[in-house]
Amino acid sequence: MARETNPRLQKIKHLLQYVSLSIVILAVWQTLYHLGYIKPIILPPPSKIALTFWELLNSGAMAKHVGISVLRVLEGFGIAAVLGLSLGIAIGLSRTFDRLTDLIIQVIKPIPPIAWIPLAILWFGIGEKSKVYIIFLGAFFPIIINTIDGIRQTDHKFVEVARILEVPRFKFVRQVVIPGAFPAIMTGIRVGLMVAWMCVVAAELIAAGSGIGYLIMDARQLSQSDVVLVGMITIGIIGKLMDSLIKRLEKRLIGWKVSYVGD
Amino acid sequence: MELVFSNIAKSFKRGAKDRVVALDDISFSVAEGELVCLLGPSGCGKSTLLKMAAGFEFPDTGSVTADGKPVCKPHPDRGMVFQDYALFPWLTVEENIAFGPEMNGTDRREIRERIRRFITLVGLTGFEKAHPHQLSGGMKQRVGIARMLAMSPKVLLMDEPFGALDAFTRMEMQEELTNLWQAAPFTTVFVTHDVEEAVYLADRIAVMTSRPGKLKTIVPVPLSRPRVRTDHDFVQIRNHVLKQYERTQPSAAEYSI
Repeated sequence: MARETNPRLQKIKHLLQYVSLSIVILAVWQTLYHLGYIKPIILPPPSKIALTFWELLNSGAMAKHVGISVLRVLEGFGIAAVLGLSLGIAIGLSRTFDRLTDLIIQVIKPIPPIAWIPLAILWFGIGEKSKVYIIFLGAFFPIIINTIDGIRQTDHKFVEVARILEVPRFKFVRQVVIPGAFPAIMTGIRVGLMVAWMCVVAAELIAAGSGIGYLIMDARQLSQSDVVLVGMITIGIIGKLMDSLIKRLEKRLIGWKVSYVGD
Repeated sequence: MELVFSNIAKSFKRGAKDRVVALDDISFSVAEGELVCLLGPSGCGKSTLLKMAAGFEFPDTGSVTADGKPVCKPHPDRGMVFQDYALFPWLTVEENIAFGPEMNGTDRREIRERIRRFITLVGLTGFEKAHPHQLSGGMKQRVGIARMLAMSPKVLLMDEPFGALDAFTRMEMQEELTNLWQAAPFTTVFVTHDVEEAVYLADRIAVMTSRPGKLKTIVPVPLSRPRVRTDHDFVQIRNHVLKQYERTQPSAAEYSI
């Protein structure tokens, strides 16, 4: 028999594969609740979470929290992207600049953004700035490190070709080094955005009155585990959507790169 | 352009004090429009010689001159073709070919004209907009050659350009290189470890041996082109070249504990 090649059936099959594990987990979870194995106060069932989500959505609270968190993430991430890319390119190109900055980058990098909260409050107060700063710190390092690595991995053969063709330094950087580093840079951007979302809860520990992080911490104090889960899942979903968006952009920009896609 | 290698010697550091002689007193020249193959086993320093001609490496003693002037840095006059193609994967075939001319400020119309001419010349018509990852190895190397030819080089330095290709594609590429070269004989230095390839392509073969890298002899190939690999004369020359590699070195390996 011929292999199934109908592209539409294929697409449906892939979509089913994509969501099947999540559906199975939700189903088992719900069933265990109905069988009385999990107490709703410890772990509310999916049905209850969905209901809470719906209520938050209808009251407009969700839109407000999501909106402010997205804004903070985009601000922190945006600054991190601009600074991380430009510094990363400069450091990648200059050994001297690398030696000057390496120690300080390597020492600051392992410090978790959450540890910066006291200083962030002293420096920027309890307003938006300190929250954006925490998110910026999280996103900055993956972007700068990947940019430096990408530039350093420029194929030596390209350097030789460029020397033979007498490519001026500036054009060499713009037309050979940066395009070559682009896949690594995109990885940095994606990881940076992911870490930015991971930092939003930490950032909203700082005297926040709104945001998904706030929603979670507030619900924690009121023992509303369903709201906590709604907040967590919302962060997960928005993070995933943004990642997909960047992935699509990446595919368009670096379609020339063929990599292993799995069997 | 005439290339002259005179009394080239080079050694590399191995460990703290030890030095390995890579090239030992090598002299030969490549005349204007001549195709010379540097033939030898890996480690005989043939690629190092080629890199010296390109201006990437320099001898400890001796000199490489191009038309009488010492080679001190890479120049578009001395184009280089790499075994692993070294094409820019983010550029299309025509962008790769246009890359060099664009860098030295050739005007748009002239670039378009050159793209068209060299794509036709290397037989890549229809693949102008393809990216390197969409091409076979043989086609990639055609782009690699076209890219250098587009700079109108005076010398083409080829570093085992067909080494990564399968035997049949390799033969096809050898034929096409011969055609290209016959149409406009550019001075060519072609590095290979394939004896048949050398006999098929070269006007003269520089036979090198390894450890230390020495020029054993230069074998002229006075056969008319296109050459036929099964011809009596072809086989004779091939056998003669192969004989140069018999017992040139102690056959027993050195063991140490």
